[in-house]
Amino acid sequence: MNLILLAWKNIRHQWLDTLLGVLLLAFGLGTISILILIEKQSSEQFNRNIKDIDMVLGAKGSPLQLILANVYHVDAPTGNIKIRDAKQVIFNPTVAMAIPLAYGDNFQQWRIVGTDSNYAQHYEMKLREGIAFKEEYDATIGADVARATGLKLGDTFLSTHGLDQTENDEEHAHHHEYKVVGIFEKSGSVIDRLILTPIETIWHAHEDSEPASSEIEESNDSINSPPPMIKKGPMMMLRPAKAMAPSPNDNKEVTAYLIKSRMAMAQMILPNLIKETNMQLAFTAIEVNRLSQNFGLGMDTVKAVAWVIIGLSFFSIFISLFNSLKKRKYELALMRSMGASQFKVFALIITESLLLVSTGIIFSWLLSRLGLSILSSQLNNSFHYTMNVSDFSIQEVYLMVAALLFGVMAALIPAINAYKMDISKTLAHE
Amino acid sequence: MLHILSGLRAPTEGIVLYDNTHLYQLSSGQRDAFRGKNIGLIFQTPAFIQSLSVLENLMTPLYLNHQPQDQHKAKHLLEKVGLYHKIHQRPFQLSIGEQQRVSIIRAVIQSPQLIFADEPTSALDDKNAHQVIELLLNISAENNSSLLVVTHDHRWSPFISKTIRL
Repeated sequence: MNLILLAWKNIRHQWLDTLLGVLLLAFGLGTISILILIEKQSSEQFNRNIKDIDMVLGAKGSPLQLILANVYHVDAPTGNIKIRDAKQVIFNPTVAMAIPLAYGDNFQQWRIVGTDSNYAQHYEMKLREGIAFKEEYDATIGADVARATGLKLGDTFLSTHGLDQTENDEEHAHHHEYKVVGIFEKSGSVIDRLILTPIETIWHAHEDSEPASSEIEESNDSINSPPPMIKKGPMMMLRPAKAMAPSPNDNKEVTAYLIKSRMAMAQMILPNLIKETNMQLAFTAIEVNRLSQNFGLGMDTVKAVAWVIIGLSFFSIFISLFNSLKKRKYELALMRSMGASQFKVFALIITESLLLVSTGIIFSWLLSRLGLSILSSQLNNSFHYTMNVSDFSIQEVYLMVAALLFGVMAALIPAINAYKMDISKTLAHE
Repeated sequence: MLHILSGLRAPTEGIVLYDNTHLYQLSSGQRDAFRGKNIGLIFQTPAFIQSLSVLENLMTPLYLNHQPQDQHKAKHLLEKVGLYHKIHQRPFQLSIGEQQRVSIIRAVIQSPQLIFADEPTSALDDKNAHQVIELLLNISAENNSSLLVVTHDHRWSPFISKTIRL
């Protein structure tokens, strides 16, 4: 026999009285826990995927959509832009790097993105197997794609037009096979969920006739190679004239360019260059901030509801302890008659409350992980995004410590009543 | 009266002395400890901690008074009163007579110097009352404890060495 065992047996004996409080607490804490983890993981994902990309150049439409579609690959693109039109931006001296993206096809709902080698380099991707794509219809696939589709090195597959059609949609299937030449290591970035291929593959797949090979080689010069880098110093701001010179790919289209600027001034200069065009520049910081604010508003509302539920749960625990004290007054007096000190009965009531809160915390943890796992599965189905169910935040520890403190507070009045109890009167009146 | 003697209720006048210990000059905690160690209380209506089994109820005073929780002694005493088979049952599963026998064992499990019994047999029929009387006398004799019984029950008369009528 010890205090915890005695308290636990008392709780178990009247479990129906305390069930509501524990369930409310588990639900409230679980909801807050899920929100903490969603905030933490989405913020990590956002930052990991932005990774110094300041702007996205793409077709006019919603700027947020442009960011979501091209940085996070969770939305449909706003349209395509011509390389000829984009040149004035991507070769501007204020631009440090511009990564082209062209897409519109999928394999088993995993996006096939035509790009150049800068894309993988920017996200510091490492190859687990094979090599990076070189030739048309080479595919280097992300770790999540490899895991979900079972594609291995040397495997071939057919793409389907559109971003969400399945492989059985034969009407929209392309007939040229891709070959898996490399598989990336898991990085936690958006590339884990993409199939990368040379940008020419996308152009080829969407053209009626194949382009001449010489044309592809030339396009590699202008698109596949990293944008010209400018070293510091005013004289070095000049770009090679070749960059702006007409190229055979000028009439080709891309979905967007991910742009890293060289200086803050780029945000003022570049939008003016495309005022009269069908293009727009979306600033990642502004759009992500806007998204976070809207997202945060929803999260704050759910959090407020969860806090109310937690408040109700402590009130319920207080009521159940208070009622239990009334019922067990004689038992407590009996304990005192057997030699229990005032402090011992006080500690017993506090321990009972702490055990109730601890049970609520354990259930809340299970509930939050279950909720996160359901959410992760839904996100995976819709966007191929997953959440780390085994993740843990220090804020959850603070939440649990706060819950235990509130548990002590909820038990304080019943415990003080037990402490002050007149044993003689209680024993005599029973 | 028993409440005053056992340190549960302070007298309005007079003192309670045990050897040289002035019970009501002790602090509340010291009085609790003194009661726990030296006095075994038996009530008219047997009362238990309902969430605990018979054996756990018998262990409770030992735990509360920081004594070794000797289950062998409890089992031996239960065997002696024919309730060993009820060891894991809850108190409400016992008859009143059985409950009273268990409450006597609980009062004496620490071998206290004093056993105070408040109407221990008044709710019992003759058979159970005789069993309880016999048990209390035997146990107090074995433990060398003084037994103080407050009762209206005449069935005690033949067994009591000293009677104070109030």
